[in-house]
Amino acid sequence: MKLNFSENHKLLFSVVFFGFIALSILIAIIPAIEVNSNDPMCGVNTLTPAEFRGLNTYVSEGCLYCHTQQVRPLQLDKVFGRPSSPLDYSYLTPLDQIRMTPAVLGSERTGPDLSNIGNRQPSEIWHHIHLYNPRSVVKSSIMQAYPWLYEIKENPDSNDLVIPVPDEYAPKNGKVVATQKAKDLVAYLLFLKQKPIEGISQIEESTSKNLSGSDAGAQLFNTNCASCHQQNGEGISKTFPPLKNSATVNSDNPDKHIRTVLFGLKGEAINGIVYPAEMPPQKDNLTNEQIAEIINYERSSWGNNGKKITADDVRKIRAEGK
Amino acid sequence: MAVERPIAPGKVKIDDLINEDDRLTKLIYSYLVSATAWLIFGSLVGLYLAIRFIYPDFGVAQWLSFGRLRPIHTNVVFWGWTSLAMIALALYVIPRTSQRPLFSIALARKALYVINASILIGVIYLFMGYNNGGQEYREFIWPAMMLFALGIISHTLNFYKTISLRGTKEIYISNWYILAAFLWTIVVVVIAYIPWYQNALGETVIQGYYMHMGVGMWFTPLVLGLTYYFLPLLLNKPIYSYSLGVLAFWTQMVFYSLIGAHHFVFAPIPWWLQTVAIVFSIGMVITLTAGTGNFLLTMKGSFRKVARSYSLPFILVGVIFYFLASAQGSLEALREFNQLWHFTNYTIAHSHLTMYGFVVFLIWGGIYALLPRLTGKEPSHLLIGIHFWFALLGLLIYGFALMIGGTMQGKSWIEGLPFIHSVELMIPYWIWRAVGGTFMFTSHIIFAYNLYKMKPLPHPHKQIDLAGEQI
Ligand code: HEM
Ligand code: HEM
Repeated sequence: MKLNFSENHKLLFSVVFFGFIALSILIAIIPAIEVNSNDPMCGVNTLTPAEFRGLNTYVSEGCLYCHTQQVRPLQLDKVFGRPSSPLDYSYLTPLDQIRMTPAVLGSERTGPDLSNIGNRQPSEIWHHIHLYNPRSVVKSSIMQAYPWLYEIKENPDSNDLVIPVPDEYAPKNGKVVATQKAKDLVAYLLFLKQKPIEGISQIEESTSKNLSGSDAGAQLFNTNCASCHQQNGEGISKTFPPLKNSATVNSDNPDKHIRTVLFGLKGEAINGIVYPAEMPPQKDNLTNEQIAEIINYERSSWGNNGKKITADDVRKIRAEGK
Repeated sequence: MAVERPIAPGKVKIDDLINEDDRLTKLIYSYLVSATAWLIFGSLVGLYLAIRFIYPDFGVAQWLSFGRLRPIHTNVVFWGWTSLAMIALALYVIPRTSQRPLFSIALARKALYVINASILIGVIYLFMGYNNGGQEYREFIWPAMMLFALGIISHTLNFYKTISLRGTKEIYISNWYILAAFLWTIVVVVIAYIPWYQNALGETVIQGYYMHMGVGMWFTPLVLGLTYYFLPLLLNKPIYSYSLGVLAFWTQMVFYSLIGAHHFVFAPIPWWLQTVAIVFSIGMVITLTAGTGNFLLTMKGSFRKVARSYSLPFILVGVIFYFLASAQGSLEALREFNQLWHFTNYTIAHSHLTMYGFVVFLIWGGIYALLPRLTGKEPSHLLIGIHFWFALLGLLIYGFALMIGGTMQGKSWIEGLPFIHSVELMIPYWIWRAVGGTFMFTSHIIFAYNLYKMKPLPHPHKQIDLAGEQI
């Protein structure tokens, strides 16, 4: 037989077929095996059964088509946390006998990255309100609403997790109650906390080096606080308290303000209203400098006029503890 | 040739009817009917998704949810429409250029059922929320995808047999590309569905490979192979250079195989893998230039023919998009540009400029070239003209809106503005995308009608009278 590709079909198509297999082994299978077994966090980074069911819903509802879980080592990704490490994904295995390992890294960021959402937005209630209808907490969101993860009950009993959906979006009659599916999905979202990894600092020293003063404060506020208190500082009536004209924010003694941001707040009446959701603590999520920037931003925005503070004030209260 | 209507300037009619086996004609037609049904369904879903970006609460039902419909859109247009239409054309091109009848028509007919079943099952499961894991274009669970693979394998055997019994000495270049695409795709699907090395980031490495081999080792070579047949046929002259075609072929095989990781630039997968992918993404410019140059040089001197034919304009557009949109892909792979464009709607523009502007336009060119010759029936030239302009205009609106919008999205992130700003700024561009999508969808309806007009007669080739001249 002649070694002539265009006249010898056996030769041509063997080279095409086996050559491609060889290339595929080199470029896909070997590197895949290499990262596949790279798994020392096993045991630390595993899902509870509820979180695992939540991951299932995350996949079947296709959340990953709009949300990435992949923080790149780039300045513009710093708002979402530290750069992702291979270890962050060590919990991922096939979903069941038929389905395969989910592709949570994603390829499009129509919505924000969720690698660290459990730290950035730790409030369970907020997640439920948001899933029931995203526009009730983020006015210009275009995210899909998931009302079928909730039931409407006339008389919820004491075991039911009632979701305080703002009036404008709430059903006419009855209360919104989370189903098990909704609870599981939120459990998975809250699992998404970047775990400490040696060599990669958990909290970035300053979000953006090129931003200073109120710019940095505004950015930090918008990233970490605005989903509840809103960008205009007005909160959401009966669901999340306003910061505009708030006594705590305008008070000359900032201790209460700092303490609330650091350690969170729960069940306390503010201006006579007890809010159903709790304010999540930020102490593990933000540095003293960042918290000072946020607090100063809050104290000088929307007509507020509170005394400015420094990172040292935050440090002091952090040391005192709750 | 007098200009009859401004929109379809006096296209010449064809008269070189091909006397083919009726059974093959019917088989090809039934592939095209299935393909077109999937096109209408898939792009209707696409249009609905486009509207959901503007009215997120338009239709709140579980099975209408964005996250369920999106994989239905992509898989249906990939495996249903584009793949079946390309197979339909290959069923003609391979026997024709091998000068041998198709090895087994019965086998090819069975494969159509199997592939349709595969897509139907995959889609039903996606509607129910049973998604393989959200890996793009791999969302069908393995039992569904196995049926698809079965279909591809039976075509591979069928084509291989036909080629090995060929009546010519040389294997025509089309058949290199077409059969290679089938062989490569079998490998790709098998590697993608073996779970052993796909825990944690292993999945990501395979996903990069799979995503790019899907477009690069299936759609691209298959549709290029078809074009190596239809372009010379329509121009009535040989391809400009055989060896350029061969050069493009081998570089396609080697370079394209290595660039999958450019879908995960800056991701925590091995850095060397990303660098290899970026380097060969740039290397692809060689393949592109060889391929496009070959086609354009073949057309050189015949552009009057292009203007007077109704199928050549589709092919010309397809060839131009092949070059421009793939070169765009090479740019997107560079770390500098990737930083700006990755994760934005710019990628969506690229997907449609390539899959639609390149692959789908070439398919349409092939269909309009082949079917009238097979069945002796031509659709109205005006309607083909409308199909062409609506599809092209729609795609340009779609592509430019998202390229501009995607760039602004990327800039807004780099400037460190609140995330929601990048959502708000996209609204006008998403509206334009829906406008472009409406044009595209309308053109698909017209295409379906044209296809109906080209339906084979029960007793073909008896008393058909095609006026007009030889092209
Ligand atoms: C009426 C025509 C069409 C419209 C309105 C349309 C619309 C859309 C929309 C809205 C998305 C989702 C984008 C996102 O998640 O941000 C999408 C994705 C996609 N569509 Fe289409 N589409 C159409 C036709 C097609 C056709 C004919 C093809 C291929 C042959 C195609 C291939 C794709 C691909 C590959 C994606 C995924 C893109 C990516 O992830 O990068 N589309 N389309
Ligand atoms: C020289 C050739 C090409 C190169 C170097 C290239 C490069 C790229 C890159 C870098 C991306 C990822 C963009 C990002 O996520 O930021 C991409 C996405 C994509 N490309 Fe290409 N491309 C090429 C040709 C093509 C062709 C010919 C097709 C279709 C037949 C195609 C279809 C797609 C699709 C569908 C996606 C979206 C996949 C996703 O969901 O991420 N590309 N391409």
